[in-house]
Amino acid sequence: MDLSFLIIQSLSGLASASSLFITACGLTLVFGVTRIVNFAHGSLYMIGAYTAATLLPRLLELSYGPVSFWTGILITALIVGAIGVLIEVLLLRRIYGAPELFQLLATFGVVLVVQDLVVQVFGPQDILGPRAPGLRAPVEILGRRFPSYELALIAAGPIVLGFVWLLLRKTRFGILVRAATQDRDMVASLGVNQALLFTGTLFLGAFLAGLGGALQTPRVSANTGMDLSIIAECFVVTVVGGMGSVPGAFLAALIIGQLQAFGILIFPKSTLVVVFLLMAFVLAVRPYGFFGRPEIVGGTHAVGIVSRTPRASGTVAALIVLALLACLPLVSDAYLLKVATEILIFALFAFSLQLLIGVGGLVSFGHAAFFGLGAYGAALGVKWLDAPMEAALPLGILFAAAGAALIGAFVVRLSGIYLAMMTLAAAQILYAVAFQWVDVTGGDNGIVGVWPSTWASPRNAYYILTLILCATAVFILKRAIDAPFGYALRAARDSEPRAEAIGLNVRRHRWLAFMLSGAAAGLAGGIYAFSRGSVDPSLLGISTSVDALAMLLLGGIQTIAGPLVGAGVLHTLRDQIMPLTGLWRLFLGVSIIAMVLLFPRGLVGTIRHWREERA
Amino acid sequence: MSTPLLDVRNLTAAYGRAQVLFGLSLQLHPGEVVALVGRNGAGKTTTLKAVLGLVPATAARIAFKEHSLLGLPTYRIARLGLGYVPEDRRIFTDLTVEENLEVGRRSGRVGLSPWTPERLFQLFPNLAEMRGRRGNQMSGGEQQMLSIARTLMGNPAAILLDEPSEGIAPVIVQMMGEAIRTMKAQGVAVLLSEQNWAFAAGISDRACVIERGEIRFEGPMAQLLANETLRAETLGV
Repeated sequence: MDLSFLIIQSLSGLASASSLFITACGLTLVFGVTRIVNFAHGSLYMIGAYTAATLLPRLLELSYGPVSFWTGILITALIVGAIGVLIEVLLLRRIYGAPELFQLLATFGVVLVVQDLVVQVFGPQDILGPRAPGLRAPVEILGRRFPSYELALIAAGPIVLGFVWLLLRKTRFGILVRAATQDRDMVASLGVNQALLFTGTLFLGAFLAGLGGALQTPRVSANTGMDLSIIAECFVVTVVGGMGSVPGAFLAALIIGQLQAFGILIFPKSTLVVVFLLMAFVLAVRPYGFFGRPEIVGGTHAVGIVSRTPRASGTVAALIVLALLACLPLVSDAYLLKVATEILIFALFAFSLQLLIGVGGLVSFGHAAFFGLGAYGAALGVKWLDAPMEAALPLGILFAAAGAALIGAFVVRLSGIYLAMMTLAAAQILYAVAFQWVDVTGGDNGIVGVWPSTWASPRNAYYILTLILCATAVFILKRAIDAPFGYALRAARDSEPRAEAIGLNVRRHRWLAFMLSGAAAGLAGGIYAFSRGSVDPSLLGISTSVDALAMLLLGGIQTIAGPLVGAGVLHTLRDQIMPLTGLWRLFLGVSIIAMVLLFPRGLVGTIRHWREERA
Repeated sequence: MSTPLLDVRNLTAAYGRAQVLFGLSLQLHPGEVVALVGRNGAGKTTTLKAVLGLVPATAARIAFKEHSLLGLPTYRIARLGLGYVPEDRRIFTDLTVEENLEVGRRSGRVGLSPWTPERLFQLFPNLAEMRGRRGNQMSGGEQQMLSIARTLMGNPAAILLDEPSEGIAPVIVQMMGEAIRTMKAQGVAVLLSEQNWAFAAGISDRACVIERGEIRFEGPMAQLLANETLRAETLGV
């Protein structure tokens, strides 16, 4: 390993850092002013990449040259900026005052909608953009060849930083943006129209996302997975740099770029692991990142289950439902039983998330991590240890609980949005590990041959086993919610300082909640693995996390039964609708947005609200 | 008397279920200084915030320059020429003195020489020495001056001034008094919410005594100065 090699590695790290910074900078600016973590930022980046990859070849056909190329990049960024304005006016403007969980879910709804629309508009295949005229030939650096486009990218980062710095320091718009970042009400009291300021900020943020995406097209094909992979990286950059801080994002992107460039030498399979270690280290030392400030977060209120008195009628109803479910194998066919088994599994999965969100106020966006760990733990036990189902299932639970203990130890130091972003990032990293560590996990193909023991193999036997395990787990979780432990979590959810002032160790309670919830989700994942006979990385993916969140939202976040009902309804809908249309994500995304805007109490919450209104 | 610049009739406001204001009425005329005095928790700050639309409130009428303010967003109210200086000052601590003033800048009334940073630095000489300093490196008194100066940059016809003397050194309180007199001389009306009785008494033309969300007394300051029983009962002075 000689000097020239190190320099080339370092340069390519700088190029990655530049593009990452340009995109992350938009995210952090939008967060600073609107206090909304815009999940759709990654979608804007993806739209930028697709638009540029489609637009640039046409422009270059008209007139080949650098002017056409860079004009095309600029036009792309402007188009994406306009889409950002559309999102602000139609959606964000309506949810500035909403609890952060709803804000996150609504912008995630946009992600789902854009995923399907992009396929409709640009087609399912990846599109590689043209190479930049004038920058096609590599340059020679210390005897090694280096792409000259990468050098242009290295320059682009600091240019954007300088431009944003000038905009923020030297223009009235920038000064107002910085003032609004700190105190929106005071800015309004001084006669500034915030709506315009917010729309302008969204334009700028989306413009930068579009620019970041457009600049990638000569290096990476535009593909349908790039929205979620960039948003996870952007989350890491903004969290490490400090939410809302542009210089922080720049510094974080630089460090991460270098770590990725050199981390590949240490962990050739997964550079994300190095990034995660950095993030863990920075957050352990500085919980709000390099330049972040605690008072920026935690402005909005947590939503969750409300006070209630357990009633005998509730227990009776639960027992009746349980008895009916136990009778189901007598009347239904194999397919229905399979669907019912999955519903039970998702009900437990969603219920375990309810412990974190509804009871603890801990908005976890990476709950798939624990579901997937449980599934992989069980499958790895079968594959590598020849463990029978009876041993593999507990192994899955152990995996998930250990993962929750590790992830939880870091994230319980955080609150609100930081926690949501970190849990999502952690799940994405596990996803990457499962995807890239082919020797152990089977990579994209996953692990097959994960079948239950002979006695549990028939559909109806496995269904009954699932029912017993899930009902027991839900019962245990519910006992925990109604125990002093659950009350302590709710106290901490409603006011952390007050909970600490009466002597509760908030972090410890939250950490235990993570482990309990993770273990339950792991059980659900393990049962799921054996019901399908295989596992694959998608179990750890964001869409699995969002399934659980959507079930919670649909059923009602403020109720105990909400996630159970939500799981039943959503999974049934999916089973019925998905085969009919290729636009399931569009449907789900629009539904999530509509729920947040029109129907935030969910099914169970709304029914209870009606009953209470009448009483 | 002329038509009031600010006319508040039958104002009620509540935080959740806790009602704070119970049908309060008051008027502010052009160029006068009115002291809104009362004990801690009587509803002084809430009154000012309700006028600006910063807390939900109902009223028979809130009008400024004959424009109804009911239901208007805060920034529209401010643009009509109603300035607000909150009691906690709310300086933008990441911004320099000059940038703070820039946020407040708004072209104002016709025919009067507008406030500029230079004129404000004459009014508050301390600020002139720290134009490039950030808000988080300023003392409480300096922040208070900056907060008033920032609001004046909007060239308001009236200012709602919440507890300008709270927690600052006596010498700066004196400067505040001077500043309020200068504003008055410029034709700016001031509604001053104040706990510091001596300070309020010294610079106000009229007084409104507020008690448990209602106006107990309204009249010339001289009349309140003469009525010791009322003062002892409502203000404890």
